[in-house]
Amino acid sequence: MSTYPFSAIVGQDELKTALLIAAVDRHIGGVLAFGDRGAGKSTAIRALAALLPKLSFVKNCSYRCDPDNPLRMCENCTGAAKKGDLAAQMEPAPVVDLPLGATEDRVVGALDLESALVKGKKRFEPGLLARAHRGFLYIDEVNLLDDHLVDVLLDVAASGENIVEREGLSVRHPAQFVLVGSGNPEEGELRPQLLDRFGLSADVRTPMDPAARIEIVRRRDAYERDPGGFVAKWRRKDNALRKKVENARQLLDDIETPDSILERAAALCIALGTDGLRGELTLMRAARAVCSLEGEEIVSEDALRRVAPMALRHRLRKDPLDEADASSRVARAVDELFPL
Amino acid sequence: MKAAVDAPLANSLAEARRTADMAGRAAWEDAQGVAALLAVHLHGLNGAVIRAAAGPVRDLWVKQFIALLPDNPPVCRLPLTTGEDRLLGGLDLAATLAAGRPVAEKGVLAAANEGVLIAAMAERMPMATAAHAAAALDAGSVQVERDGFSHRDEARFAMLLLDESVNGDDGPPALLQERLAFRLDLHSVSMRAATPFPYSAAEIEKARHRVSQVAMPDGMLEAVNEAALSIGAHSIRVLRFCISAARSAAALAGRMEATQADAELACRLVLGPRTAPVAADAAQLPDSRAPDDDSPSSGEDPARNDRSGDDPEDSASDATSEVMPDEMMIEALTGAALANPLSRLEASKTAARGAAAGKSGQVSKGRQKGRPIAPRKCDPRRDGRLDILATLRAAAPWQKLRAVADGSSPEKAQIRIRTEDFHVKCFKQQSESTVIFVVDASGSSAMNRMAEAKGAVERLLADCYARRDYVALIAFRGNSAELLLPPTRSLVRARRQLAQLPGGGGTPLAAGIDAAFVLASAEQSKGRTPYVVFLSDGRGNIARDGEAGRKAAEKDAMAAARRLGGAGCAVLFFDTSPRPGKGAQELGEVMGAQYQLLPFVDGGVVSTAVRRSLAQS
Repeated sequence: MSTYPFSAIVGQDELKTALLIAAVDRHIGGVLAFGDRGAGKSTAIRALAALLPKLSFVKNCSYRCDPDNPLRMCENCTGAAKKGDLAAQMEPAPVVDLPLGATEDRVVGALDLESALVKGKKRFEPGLLARAHRGFLYIDEVNLLDDHLVDVLLDVAASGENIVEREGLSVRHPAQFVLVGSGNPEEGELRPQLLDRFGLSADVRTPMDPAARIEIVRRRDAYERDPGGFVAKWRRKDNALRKKVENARQLLDDIETPDSILERAAALCIALGTDGLRGELTLMRAARAVCSLEGEEIVSEDALRRVAPMALRHRLRKDPLDEADASSRVARAVDELFPL
Repeated sequence: MKAAVDAPLANSLAEARRTADMAGRAAWEDAQGVAALLAVHLHGLNGAVIRAAAGPVRDLWVKQFIALLPDNPPVCRLPLTTGEDRLLGGLDLAATLAAGRPVAEKGVLAAANEGVLIAAMAERMPMATAAHAAAALDAGSVQVERDGFSHRDEARFAMLLLDESVNGDDGPPALLQERLAFRLDLHSVSMRAATPFPYSAAEIEKARHRVSQVAMPDGMLEAVNEAALSIGAHSIRVLRFCISAARSAAALAGRMEATQADAELACRLVLGPRTAPVAADAAQLPDSRAPDDDSPSSGEDPARNDRSGDDPEDSASDATSEVMPDEMMIEALTGAALANPLSRLEASKTAARGAAAGKSGQVSKGRQKGRPIAPRKCDPRRDGRLDILATLRAAAPWQKLRAVADGSSPEKAQIRIRTEDFHVKCFKQQSESTVIFVVDASGSSAMNRMAEAKGAVERLLADCYARRDYVALIAFRGNSAELLLPPTRSLVRARRQLAQLPGGGGTPLAAGIDAAFVLASAEQSKGRTPYVVFLSDGRGNIARDGEAGRKAAEKDAMAAARRLGGAGCAVLFFDTSPRPGKGAQELGEVMGAQYQLLPFVDGGVVSTAVRRSLAQS
């Protein structure tokens, strides 16, 4: 069944912006969508797949290597690249689901049992991490993920490389992916280490405006009755959005960041007391990505304002007893520092 | 109540029975409607939560519901103990060994495709199982990434959650409840009321063909949305369930457009049970009412533990008979640096009494229960369950060599497994714990140490957050104890309840201890480890029956404490009295509690007594 089109999603502006930023700048560090049940978190994330521009992959490489990046290639491709016989093909970037019950062998990859038992051959069967290379890895209910899988993910996400040492196999292959997680905070908090790994965190709330709610139900209804027709109807808008992402990717490196904006970002992080530099870096990257999406060439204060909540809200030092939620703390600081 | 059974009483009993019967009939009628609507539109409505004791009424409903479904769909049962391997599917052991290559097996979720999945005792369903079922309901399929397999199985099913929880329990996991359109309560339905369904499978089948074409007239969507918002059901899912149910009702009646009546029926069945959580303390009805009277549809009881800012004065006003000074609001005195007494508590408890099931934050590596971790090499005869997959993996690289060594043909489909290949499954079990705070909010406490008690609980709450415990809050004052906060992980809610807790009135200590016992037992039955923390001066003056009187109150408190002591959970008793007396200490002993004086807080300085006791740990 064709997935629900991204452009047909009503509301959820923050989540949509966060996902588009991640589509433009893969190094943003992933997106976490936390919030109300049934507000359409997974729908938006799955819909993103249709907007991702095609990438060039090495043909028939099970690790989906990038032919233009000889530094990050699997052993096969490195060898082939030296000889100069790499064939490339364009394919859409993958969006891979990591289901909760996945076993470790399927995530990191393991010995291929069939070829071992039947043919007596020792062959490595790549896992989900290999499949998600250069694309998105999506975990629904990420707060319920088993701890040992979280450890694996953290390790690979940090190094960009998956190293497997098991069952007499010794394999390493590149695995760079944008981590996208969604969940409901009522089912449990996220481990701090994993929380910190997400670049952006979108706050997802059920829309309360009657008109928006009714529009959501209408569109959903139309989609369920005739998925093909519905997707076709929205294709033009989705295509335009994909163009926008493609253009933004090209523009991204040329975006200028004035010193005044850098100072502003630093002041904001200091005011909020965020730990480390990751917050500031993400803030700047996100602001640049937003500008490139809008086709602006100089980062504006407005862009900074727009991305500050999603870049910073999950980095505030947590006081479990502080009732003021993180979003409003960020909003307050932004209002104080950037009076309109 | 020594009145002889006279004519008026007998009459009123008969009257009460009649009212109960009527309520039961009405509930059963609704249940019939739910069955028919669901059967017509399985995938739009997803299923139902059925609250009922295990028994013939529930069985009858399920049986008749299944009989309504056309084409004999698969009906799968989901036992509580279903592991992830069976739930999602994976390696089929027998077929794999027979074929000499991995063969996949379908899981329960995929087996229920185009049919019905029934989960009994759903209130105890593990979160992991619920999350998988919820993902399958959303996607209509199961993605299998297990045991070397990677594929997607169709899994479009409707789910029936049989909820046997009693008052006070939270019922099935919320993330699953929320995805099912209907909630039924069959507790009040007697076998007499449970009549056959007035629908046939043929009618349902006809309606099924119609349901997706049913049109919604203008304005109906808006009206339904308003109704949903007005009862606080904000989720878009609920709105969609209402629409689907209205369509289903129209299709069943043979209409191509939903009418006002269809929408009303849909709203009643979908929204009705979602209006307010059924009051947990329905047992505390005034004496004048007949006992049978508390029908499940008692919507009149205001949702006391609703998160919307409940007026504290309001809830306080039911606590009648103020013996002690008028109630007063006392703010928490923060700064009481009561560092981590909980961790000491659990350590001492598990050492002293083997009964406690586990320790929070600590991981017990067991062989049989919990979540799987990496298998290890071991002889299965000695230790645990064989992990076939890991064993095969270990054996696989050697097959050719072993065939040569055995002198047999390597082409033969035969797997040669040696002792050293055997791996066993390992699990780790992280037992969750619930910290139950029992706070004395009586007048005597309020006068003396309420502020400090609140401060102490706040500190402890922060500890609980760090340890990822559940917390619950029971307060006793006036003449009864009240569960202010059922076990939750939301610290913010706990803190709010605490801040709103008024003080004043008598000290129904026995009622407080009893309430703690009930909750602790309920938590134990869920597999969580309860820790009970008392903050009281131990001077009860209200007995179990609500009468004032120090003697009877003390006797009852002792009896209650003894019962709690027998439950085998860890107890920490903070004595809040300004001049500690023997009473609290004795109570603590009977409960098997760690007894501590609540330190005095004087300008942020912690009393030396606590410093000393902390230094010992």
